Amino acid sequence: MRVEGKGLIDRSRRVTFTFDDRRMTGYAGDTLASALLANDVRLVGRSFKYHRPRGILTAGSEEPNALMTIGTGAQAEPNQRATTQELFDGLVAQSQNRWPSLARDVLSVNDLISPFLGAGFYYKTFMWPRSFWEKLYEPFIRRAAGLGALNGRNNPDHYERAFAFCDVLVIGAGPTGLMAALTAARAGADVILADEDSRMGGRLLAETGEVDGKPGHLWAEEVLAELAALPNVRLMPRTTVTGAYDQGTYGALERVGQHRPREPHLPLECFWRIAAKRAILCAGALERPIAFPNNDRPGIMAAGAVRAYLNRWGVAPGRAVTIFGNNDDAHRTAQDLAAAGVKVAALIDSRTGIEVKADYPVLTGGRVVATSGRLGLARITVQHGGGTRTIATDCLAMSGGWNPTVHLTCHMNGRPEWREDIASFVPKPGAIPGLVAAGACNGTFSTAGCLAEGARVAAETLADLGMSATKADLPRAEDGAYAIEPLWHIPGKGRKWLDFQNDVHVKDIKLAVQENFRSVEHMKRYTTQGMATDQGKNSNVAALAVLADVSGRGIPETGTTTFRPPYVPVSIAAMGAQAQGKGFAPQRFTTSHAASVERGAPMIEAGLWYRPSYFPRPGERTWKEACDREVKMVRSAVGICDVSTLGKIDIQGPDAAAFLDFVYANTFSTLPVGKVRYGLMLREDGHVMDDGTTARLGETHYVMTTTTAAAGPVMRHLEFVAQVLRPDLDVQMISVTEQWAQFSVVGPRARAVLNGVLDTPIDDTSFPYMGCGAVSVSGVAGRLFRISFSGEHAYEVAVPARYGESLYRLLLAQAEVLGGGPYGMEALNVMRIEKGFITHAEIHGRTTAFDIGMDRMVSQKKDCIGQAASRRPGLLEEGREQLVGLKPLQPASRITAGAHLFDEGAATKRQNDKGYVTSVCWSPTLDSHIALGFVANGRARLGEKIRAVDHLRGVDTTCEIVNPVFFDPEGGRLRG
Amino acid sequence: MGYSGLRVIWEGLTGQTGWKPVWRDPAPKPEYDIVIIGGGGHGLSTAYYLAKEHGLRNVAVLEKGYLGGGNVGRNTTIVRANYFLPGNSEFYSHSLKLWEGLEADLNYNVMHSQRGLINLFHSDGQRDAFVRRGNSMINQGDDAILLDREGVRKHLPYLDFDNVRFPIYGGLLHPRGGTARHDAVAWGYARGADRRGVDLIQNCEVTGIDIEGGKVKGVQTTRGAIRAKKVGIVVAGRSGQVAAMAGMRLPIESHVLQAFVTEGLKPVIDHVVSFGMGHFYISQSDKGGLVFGGDLDFYPSYAARGNLPMKEHVMEAAMTLMPMIGKARVLRSWGGIMDMTPDGSPIIDKTETEGLFIDCGWCYGGFKAVPGSGYSFAHLIATGTHHAPAAKFRLDRFRTGRGLMDEEGTGAQHNLH
Amino acid sequence: MRITCPICGERDRREFYYGGNAVLADRPARDAGEAAWDAYIHLRDNPAGTSRELWQHEVGCGAWMVVERDTVTHAVHGATLAPGAAR
Repeated sequence: MRVEGKGLIDRSRRVTFTFDDRRMTGYAGDTLASALLANDVRLVGRSFKYHRPRGILTAGSEEPNALMTIGTGAQAEPNQRATTQELFDGLVAQSQNRWPSLARDVLSVNDLISPFLGAGFYYKTFMWPRSFWEKLYEPFIRRAAGLGALNGRNNPDHYERAFAFCDVLVIGAGPTGLMAALTAARAGADVILADEDSRMGGRLLAETGEVDGKPGHLWAEEVLAELAALPNVRLMPRTTVTGAYDQGTYGALERVGQHRPREPHLPLECFWRIAAKRAILCAGALERPIAFPNNDRPGIMAAGAVRAYLNRWGVAPGRAVTIFGNNDDAHRTAQDLAAAGVKVAALIDSRTGIEVKADYPVLTGGRVVATSGRLGLARITVQHGGGTRTIATDCLAMSGGWNPTVHLTCHMNGRPEWREDIASFVPKPGAIPGLVAAGACNGTFSTAGCLAEGARVAAETLADLGMSATKADLPRAEDGAYAIEPLWHIPGKGRKWLDFQNDVHVKDIKLAVQENFRSVEHMKRYTTQGMATDQGKNSNVAALAVLADVSGRGIPETGTTTFRPPYVPVSIAAMGAQAQGKGFAPQRFTTSHAASVERGAPMIEAGLWYRPSYFPRPGERTWKEACDREVKMVRSAVGICDVSTLGKIDIQGPDAAAFLDFVYANTFSTLPVGKVRYGLMLREDGHVMDDGTTARLGETHYVMTTTTAAAGPVMRHLEFVAQVLRPDLDVQMISVTEQWAQFSVVGPRARAVLNGVLDTPIDDTSFPYMGCGAVSVSGVAGRLFRISFSGEHAYEVAVPARYGESLYRLLLAQAEVLGGGPYGMEALNVMRIEKGFITHAEIHGRTTAFDIGMDRMVSQKKDCIGQAASRRPGLLEEGREQLVGLKPLQPASRITAGAHLFDEGAATKRQNDKGYVTSVCWSPTLDSHIALGFVANGRARLGEKIRAVDHLRGVDTTCEIVNPVFFDPEGGRLRG
Repeated sequence: MGYSGLRVIWEGLTGQTGWKPVWRDPAPKPEYDIVIIGGGGHGLSTAYYLAKEHGLRNVAVLEKGYLGGGNVGRNTTIVRANYFLPGNSEFYSHSLKLWEGLEADLNYNVMHSQRGLINLFHSDGQRDAFVRRGNSMINQGDDAILLDREGVRKHLPYLDFDNVRFPIYGGLLHPRGGTARHDAVAWGYARGADRRGVDLIQNCEVTGIDIEGGKVKGVQTTRGAIRAKKVGIVVAGRSGQVAAMAGMRLPIESHVLQAFVTEGLKPVIDHVVSFGMGHFYISQSDKGGLVFGGDLDFYPSYAARGNLPMKEHVMEAAMTLMPMIGKARVLRSWGGIMDMTPDGSPIIDKTETEGLFIDCGWCYGGFKAVPGSGYSFAHLIATGTHHAPAAKFRLDRFRTGRGLMDEEGTGAQHNLH
Repeated sequence: MRITCPICGERDRREFYYGGNAVLADRPARDAGEAAWDAYIHLRDNPAGTSRELWQHEVGCGAWMVVERDTVTHAVHGATLAPGAAR
């Protein structure tokens, strides 16, 4: 019911929305919750386990009941709190976890059988017969559980992430936060003031008290205007600080677009990473319910929320309101309602000896012991003065006291401390380095106290930063005392609910204790208390008090569970913003990318890079046809391939040679200038890390290549060696992978192609096998290396990357004249297998130099990374799996990578496993399937037969174990 | 007291008053035959199998906090047997078989749900590695099915097949893989051990290990000295500190691994799904929360909490792989302390001190190992000989290089497994 | 988490790479024997408390440094450049 003359809503702007297909109206400034209450909607949801009817409990993000799906189609957002969802024209809200409708929900039958479904009942049954768990019980439980639904469609909305930095982060813009921010800002500090509400002011917007002689919300507006005008202040409304992390890093979620129809060019949410030198937590306090029988009916609300709906939104949540509390604050709700002309049917204060003058009935020493009303509260029964009476009421405002919002202070494992006088936990000082709590979240509840504490803590924070606060008078405000007598649960018939969403009641806690789940963590996990979407914000303290009571301990000894981030749930899309689709990882393109795409090459991922798989020609139906042609083309004429993705590291310095001797297993100091050598790099644990070629361009200048995958790790490793292990060596290095475009020119006509682009022709004398040096490529200073990954006469020519595309096109044109052309990764792979060259399929991190037959390369004349560990006895045993070639007895028989190897006649079980296949191909050169693999003691078994069995693909092929170099083992073609 | 559906109904009719404590809270006795340090999943299952399989009931489990409060209560609940290296293969195979009989064995519903696990791969090279793995699983007697892209689509139609940064080439389906209710596993073993006479002693921190003449004599605790003929250390992330009490230095570095759960949602993810390009794995709990995780934070930590960079990376992986979960909201994130070894595989072995045994190094794969680890560790403690499925989990393999089990192939850097 | 690089100042953790415990800086001689090498590569004190670690400011200046850090509180006490990082 809307109350005339109350609220901060804009009554000139009507807003239309639907709830469960019912069209309703509200006003600008409403939340969905306030608008629903204004439309007299009380039933808004169903609880999780028993599907009990639920109404709005709170007016904030801690709401456990009013969870709804907002929007439709792929944009629908499940589990949104109606209490924080701002109303806008066209908003569509649907209730959840009910079928077929909210009022008639079939699964509410669960409530009827609830005596059998006590805490942890599922651990004791559903065990027979075994297969029924997956087939019957679990599917049923899963369907009954859950709240809202995802629609299974790709998220169509945009999200962002951002960084921010400040001197002082003020979390919460109530009286404390405003005063803290003002104090810090006036002193010149860089301030971020973040508040989760759409409108800053906190409780000042929900109360009638004055600040500095004016309504609190007007004082807040003035402060905000001053802050907004300061260049050193960033105001962040609709921004919840969700987590406190190390060294003053805070996570925060800004709801950018959920309060209006979608704006396609704006993000829906932004996740902020805020690095703050200091933080002041001014997060306020949350009111807790009281556990009396059937305290969960729609219409039973937090008293502070009732007051907020009245004062901020001009809504009376009932026509005859009752108030039940154990503290002074409850009286304010009654006063405000009465002053606004809303009928107060009774105020029930559990305390005795309280003197109240009011023109509504006040029952001190009273208790609510029963309620009724199936889908909404109709009446309550109150025990008072030795008798009971029934009071008709459609809204009961309850106040069990206020819990300081300590959550962020617990994010680094700090435990809050119990304060007897306010019967609440307060933050442990210093729990988050650099963060100080002030105001209500620190247990200071009066407005004047909050203002003073905000100013004081800000001044102390400034002093800590070497700044000083300017003196200013504190605004005047109420400074009422807050007296409370703990009241946790009230005996009586009926369930006393604690966790409204997860349906945990007092008896569940008692049962947990009865079964010896007495530790607070055991109680939580056994009953699911505090594990709902509010993470116990409404219920944990009361549940803890019940646990303490039942188990005969005090609250401090009972301890608390841990509040963990995030403070409010954060969408996966916001924290993973920009990663959807291709945004997950950078895309790196070679300079020849466009030219390859023009030729129709499918581009495949190679780490972050894209490389051409093959270059289809008209008439070719499969990748294999193209691949076979490319292999034959290269081996008979010439082929061009972009190899720029391989890591290139430029290494210089007087000790460059000694450095390479140390990082490579083999020796590089003996490499003559103008020559290239294959290098094998070990990890310190004696296994192969990477391989590649390194060229000596000058006495003190080398260029190392790495595999594509290892470029980054090798660079980091070299820096580690140079900076940490060998500071004695004078050597410098830098990655030049992106600076040089490099192409391999491969095949019998490779030199002819090159001589078409080089300004000075080369020959076997100027560029012998494994020679290297500077060349001029069509006027561009480049480098040439005579190296081969195919077994053919081959070169790699490098030019600065800006010339890469031109050179690639030039090389292709030259090659095509000579019967050659481009080749892709598939052909490259075939040719390297034919030659027995290894890739990371073979050096997969578990192989040693011994395993791949390169043990002799590990020089014993010098120390090197990995040398000592590679000598461990277990890494040199003959029985280890060693690299071999595998050739099917029938050339047309397929071998598959990942097949395991077994001796003929042996059962295919682990105990008989002799090895596995790493790389396979059809070799058009040899007209046979061939493979590389590892066989136990394989080098001693050349010529023997072995079965390659791939259960997954149904392949079982008998092979001969052969030398891994299938083609041109003498290497004549390399030098040719 | 036995649990059954009838019993649940009876108690429902009689106000739940008949349920007895799931375990006792005994005071520590001055002496036990065997003391197990650590009341987590592995320690409790060790005690259970000592009593059940070896008839050893004069056993105490010492827990510094509450039972099941370590990694068994803070993991992503995945149960699988999809390893490929000898040593791991037979061990996890054995452990999965124990899982499959666990509810009947414990008379406790741990909600073991064999809903199927799918490891996705995103390149030919990854496919080949997964084929090798799948064949190892079959050679071991376990199950594996190779799915091509369309096969994956049938199971997981909600993945982004069209625009994902690293295209989905296929997946390896492990039909017997799945999940279980993590706390229930700890409680079920605790109840089973307690019913067989094992003393489960909570809030009892071990502060020293008494050794004389190379033999273990007992432990010092916050609740007094306790003599013991044999002592087993099963303390996961805290292995370094407890082993140091016995003068040992372990090949272990403790790291933080974070995990996440969303608000409850109606059923939407029916399998365990693991992304192959960046660490991300997810399943949906029976309550409806999406439970997921990623990689270590990569710095040593005992804080049981992590930082934003890895959280964001995990969410990024989720968004590229299955953008339909973008609107699910993370409700809670937490961290566990992972005892990382140089090859990513565990240790179940004797120590140089007679009567002192150690079970550690589970990295972030300890949950599925709870039954197998307890079974094999109990065997070792009771008989003095290694249980065959865990016989390769030797402490000296790093020194000798024999039988290393580096499934990831990342080498002896503890945090890279 | 934020670490102060001696060269670049305070930076976000995501700019850094953790490269292992600082014992890795004390590499044994090649003939130091099996036990020394086992200790160097595998064994760790794994302290719950102050730890000395090698980190690289990988996407910053590239410097390797020894960071003194608390593994329980995540407090960072300071960083000193590796001997070869100052070049």
